[in-house]
Amino acid sequence: MNRPPDGPARRLTGPEAHERRITELEKRVTFSSTTIGLLFALPMLALIFVFFYWPSGQALFWAFTLEQPWGGGNRFVGFRNFIQLLEDPVYWGSIARSLVFGLSSTVLAMGVALLLALFTDRELRGSRLYRTVFVWPYAIAAPALGLAFRFILAPEAGLLSLINHAWPGLWNPALDGKDAMIAVIVAFSWKYVGYNFIFFLSALQGIPRAQIEAAAMDGAGPLRRMRDIQLPLLTPTLFFLLVINITESFQDSFGIVDIMTQGGPARATELMVYKIYFDGFKGLDYSGAAAQSIILMLLVIMLTVLQFRFIERRVHYK
Amino acid sequence: MVERTPIFNALCQIVLLLGLAMALLPFAIVIIAATHDLRTVNIVPLPLTPGSHFLDNIAEAWVRADLGRKLFNSVVFAGCVAAGKVILSAMAAFAIVYFRFPGRAAIFWAIFITLMLPLEVRIVPTYSVAANALQPFQAIFDVVGLTGLVERLTGYRIALEWPLLNSYPGLILPLVATATGTFLYRQFYLTIPEELAEAAKMDGSGPLRFFLDMLLPLSRPNMIALFTIMFVWAWNQYLWPLLVTTDPNFGIAVTELKTLIPSEFGLPDWNVAMAGTLLIMLPPLVLVILMQRWFVRGLIASEK
Repeated sequence: MNRPPDGPARRLTGPEAHERRITELEKRVTFSSTTIGLLFALPMLALIFVFFYWPSGQALFWAFTLEQPWGGGNRFVGFRNFIQLLEDPVYWGSIARSLVFGLSSTVLAMGVALLLALFTDRELRGSRLYRTVFVWPYAIAAPALGLAFRFILAPEAGLLSLINHAWPGLWNPALDGKDAMIAVIVAFSWKYVGYNFIFFLSALQGIPRAQIEAAAMDGAGPLRRMRDIQLPLLTPTLFFLLVINITESFQDSFGIVDIMTQGGPARATELMVYKIYFDGFKGLDYSGAAAQSIILMLLVIMLTVLQFRFIERRVHYK
Repeated sequence: MVERTPIFNALCQIVLLLGLAMALLPFAIVIIAATHDLRTVNIVPLPLTPGSHFLDNIAEAWVRADLGRKLFNSVVFAGCVAAGKVILSAMAAFAIVYFRFPGRAAIFWAIFITLMLPLEVRIVPTYSVAANALQPFQAIFDVVGLTGLVERLTGYRIALEWPLLNSYPGLILPLVATATGTFLYRQFYLTIPEELAEAAKMDGSGPLRFFLDMLLPLSRPNMIALFTIMFVWAWNQYLWPLLVTTDPNFGIAVTELKTLIPSEFGLPDWNVAMAGTLLIMLPPLVLVILMQRWFVRGLIASEK
């Protein structure tokens, strides 16, 4: 073992630090019994083997095979499932919609949360109240707020129906695909403002007070300080949240879509996970759904890798 | 801060108050709509003064969505997922941090990689595993030739089967199988001074004793934080419970929301729908309000 001479307690800095921290930071004092160590890890390992690795492997298997309609096992078909998928405009449609949904809700949720966190951090009157309430939306189940927003945004009752009183037929998420997409984005963003707020505020509070006071002494006003000190120091958090928000927009959107629009009207809100669910469990096309899963997995893995590469850089700021 | 900026401060307050209104509006609408009767709830715009039908609507939603049974199932489900996470991750992290055996790094990465793919992404094959949780082992035995060998020797054909559909383990286990908690514990164990383990060893304590008598009591704050975020997370799960529980006896509250949507050609009884929504979203909200400090702390620690 070529551990650094001054032992694991040494503070690692620099871009390679993250990698080292994860794999090399170790205890000097350890227990030697291999059996007991393995026994401690065993329950978790058994679970992830059965419910993570096996299914992921199976997804690969299905993606490259086709089930015989009259039974008799699966036939290897190479990339045909993927080619079929990629030639299907409906599938490209679901990717495009997922991107529109993911990007707009991310921008909306992060923008609002950043503004609220920056202002809350100024510790004006009532900041304790803000700090408490802005977290609440994240506690609500996506489908529950889906139902709440379905009512609030309903064309014939609730709140937004007011618009239809003034201009009949202007707003109708049940018929107009664009309206439906807006409704889903608003509901999802509302929840994730709460999530982003938690992280932005905690990052802001991590900035040393002295830095901000020094800037203030030099005559920088609050806006200037936000632009030149707080925002640059927030970039790691910004990037981290960007990735998390987009990943969550793939997964956590299912409940909202299923309750609010069921993918409609006319597929206008059929996002990727919803299509996998629909093809796999309603259409019983396991091979097609598995191929879609693989593509989604690759997408999510790409995002995660991107995120880890950036965390390495974050060490610089600390 | 050090300077006076009354105009900017006022602007901030306006934005924050606006944010507060937006954050509270959906809660307010759900509560207000749940107090009206069928006629009032459909008036445009919705009257913002509460009506007097709150208890009727709650009772109606309770019966329609079978909430007695479903809320109970949700508590069991979310409680077990959170407890399972708290216990299994503490153990796995202990193995990773405090032992040095061959393959330890491999175990670390095997657990670490599960962070990458959430359940929703691999939902189809996970569902097929849940139909028989021992299927992976059966397949391995078949391929290795163990099944054939045993059959020839003893005449008994190995057929491992443990169907998990429509059962509590089926709901719970796949959601426990991720790495989130393991890393929370790992980070925490790494901050514990070396001297502690050293002293324990010197006093003749084995690993089990050290884990139970020193590490677990020390990690109580972590456990509370992890339990809180995992309970909320599990309570709010939708897709997996929707697939696994077709038998209403095992259904959970959140998937019942679907039965509360007013049907297109039926009565637009949004008052009942909102009463049900209120009941279903309340438990995790109350938990977050009561445990906010732990919730925020756990969330931030587990994501980093």
